Amino acid sequence: MTPVKTRTSRNDGGVTAVVPESAPPVVKRRRKPLTWDKVSFFAVFLGLPLAIYIVFVISPFAQAFYYSMTDWTGFSPNRNFIGLQNYGKIFADDIFMKALGNNILLVIFLPIITIILSLVLATLVTVGGSSKGQIKGLRNSSFYRVVSFFPYTIPAIAIGIMWGQIYDPSNGLLNGILTSLGLDQFKSYAWLGDKSTAMVVTMFVIVWGFVGFYMVLFVAGIKGIPAETFEAARIDGAGRFRTAVSITIPLIRDNIQTAYIYMGILALDAFVYMSALNPGGGPDNSTLVMAQQLFYTAFTKNQFGLASAMGVVLAITTLIFSGLVFLVNRLTGGSKDVSN
Amino acid sequence: MTSKLASEQRTSLHFNPRKTATTTSDKVVGAVSHTALTIWSLIVILPLLWTFMSSFKTSSEIFASPFALPSQWRFDNYIRAWSEAGIGSYFLNSVVVVGSALVIVMVLGAMCAYVLARYTFPGSRAIYYLMLAGLTFPIFLGMVPLFFIMKNLGLLNTLPGLILVYVGFALPFTVFFLFSFFKTLPFEIGEAAALDGAGEWRTFFQVMLPMAKPGLASVAIFNFLGLWNQYLIPVAINAAGPRVLSQGLAAFAGQMGYAVDFGALFAAVTVTVVPVLIVYIIFQRQLQGSVSQGTSK
Repeated sequence: MTPVKTRTSRNDGGVTAVVPESAPPVVKRRRKPLTWDKVSFFAVFLGLPLAIYIVFVISPFAQAFYYSMTDWTGFSPNRNFIGLQNYGKIFADDIFMKALGNNILLVIFLPIITIILSLVLATLVTVGGSSKGQIKGLRNSSFYRVVSFFPYTIPAIAIGIMWGQIYDPSNGLLNGILTSLGLDQFKSYAWLGDKSTAMVVTMFVIVWGFVGFYMVLFVAGIKGIPAETFEAARIDGAGRFRTAVSITIPLIRDNIQTAYIYMGILALDAFVYMSALNPGGGPDNSTLVMAQQLFYTAFTKNQFGLASAMGVVLAITTLIFSGLVFLVNRLTGGSKDVSN
Repeated sequence: MTSKLASEQRTSLHFNPRKTATTTSDKVVGAVSHTALTIWSLIVILPLLWTFMSSFKTSSEIFASPFALPSQWRFDNYIRAWSEAGIGSYFLNSVVVVGSALVIVMVLGAMCAYVLARYTFPGSRAIYYLMLAGLTFPIFLGMVPLFFIMKNLGLLNTLPGLILVYVGFALPFTVFFLFSFFKTLPFEIGEAAALDGAGEWRTFFQVMLPMAKPGLASVAIFNFLGLWNQYLIPVAINAAGPRVLSQGLAAFAGQMGYAVDFGALFAAVTVTVVPVLIVYIIFQRQLQGSVSQGTSK
């Protein structure tokens, strides 16, 4: 049976491969539900992953919305449905609002700084070469790419602890460098202990961790642009800067949007970095983020209903942010008119 | 270099008065680019080198000067970090948890992606959106309910529990990536296998899975990094259980406030960083390749 069929299907694409067997011409549909092979296949291949996924990922997400409307404090079985009271409590809570404000600060600045820096570096790598002839990247640029990508692979907690030591007032690397340059006012300056600098230096740590990743992403995007496009721009007399602003950026707009969303979602979390650098939320809660407050409310204060409501606020903020990025990108022209 | 420039000049269509002017501007741009990129590379490398160097210093040496090299290359810090601070056992726990979770999620993810990509059946769209939800919502949203699910299943503070949760949270990414990969594999091959008498199981394991190897490798590397670096899940649902490395490192740094052993801390950080750096350097090409691949989709 099989050899004949294979041969015919190979010859004419399998569409008319009904001849040899005189079996009913409808081959596939009929056979499907019958065999044990197929049933077990679907049960295991789809059932097993979905079961784990639903139990450990989807159902917690769904339950969170319900818990957020209860006054549950955890270990007693009775919980009362209290509607939106938890949300009222959250928005009246100065500390949580401070944390929300910090997250918004992060979500505004982190993506912009990271993306600008990585775009600049990616542009230097890809079009920093000669302005003549074929469009060329910078020579030996793969070294820079490999090195810049390093931090992306390092555990965030290790990054946080490492930078905590670098910012150390008395024996950290940063103050060591600054004082050896003659800037003695930084002799024992506590970067993370002063509320005017804590947030800035914390942001720098996160930027440090992600610039390389987005640089690689953008380099890939820029390399995907056909060389003729650049050549045409050059013939029209566009300089490097003009090319970067009017050609490169519009053409890798979708990559930038992706980067913006990823980075924004990270900024709305930022839990690991914050808890490594300033576990208590920093001076005057200047680096406290919602996630830290949620964690504290849940696992230290055992106010699980309230913490779930914070989780919902966090999730909704994330969704609003992603929606905004899409909307802004759409409103300002999107990618369609440029790439097509 | 110069000959190359000269040949490039010939093909140029630029208006400006030629040679010297443009070459110098090229040189300037090249120099500026190299300088900027070198500065960034230094900003990346120096902290890592400094951490590495400090991991060999005694506490008094660390206090004396942040720059000075250790007077001798001693491994005391590593020994203390590995055994006394427990980094060794955390490391092993991490290997066990990440290793098992990785194998399971790759197999399950590949199976799920394969079914979604190659078969149409009622509900497949719903499953797709379910996966998307898992990628969209922050883990924090589900943290509290997850804690109680684990508690009720008796999996709280256990490594198997941690493995299962890792699998769950790594699944949507794995499925999405492999979904597009399985879509690209030619359908005729599956048909040929079926016609040759291979059942669904055999077709998958002996024909499709081997063909998906490049895709599997990329996802596996990303999953490895993601899971090895995972911090929030273990501190939430494994707080009192056998610690994994990221969690143990944080705990170790947390008690540092009381008993200062900076040398051991630097050693512990180095121990955490080196394995991923090795994985990165080995798979560097592949990793950067798959970042690029992801963008073209």
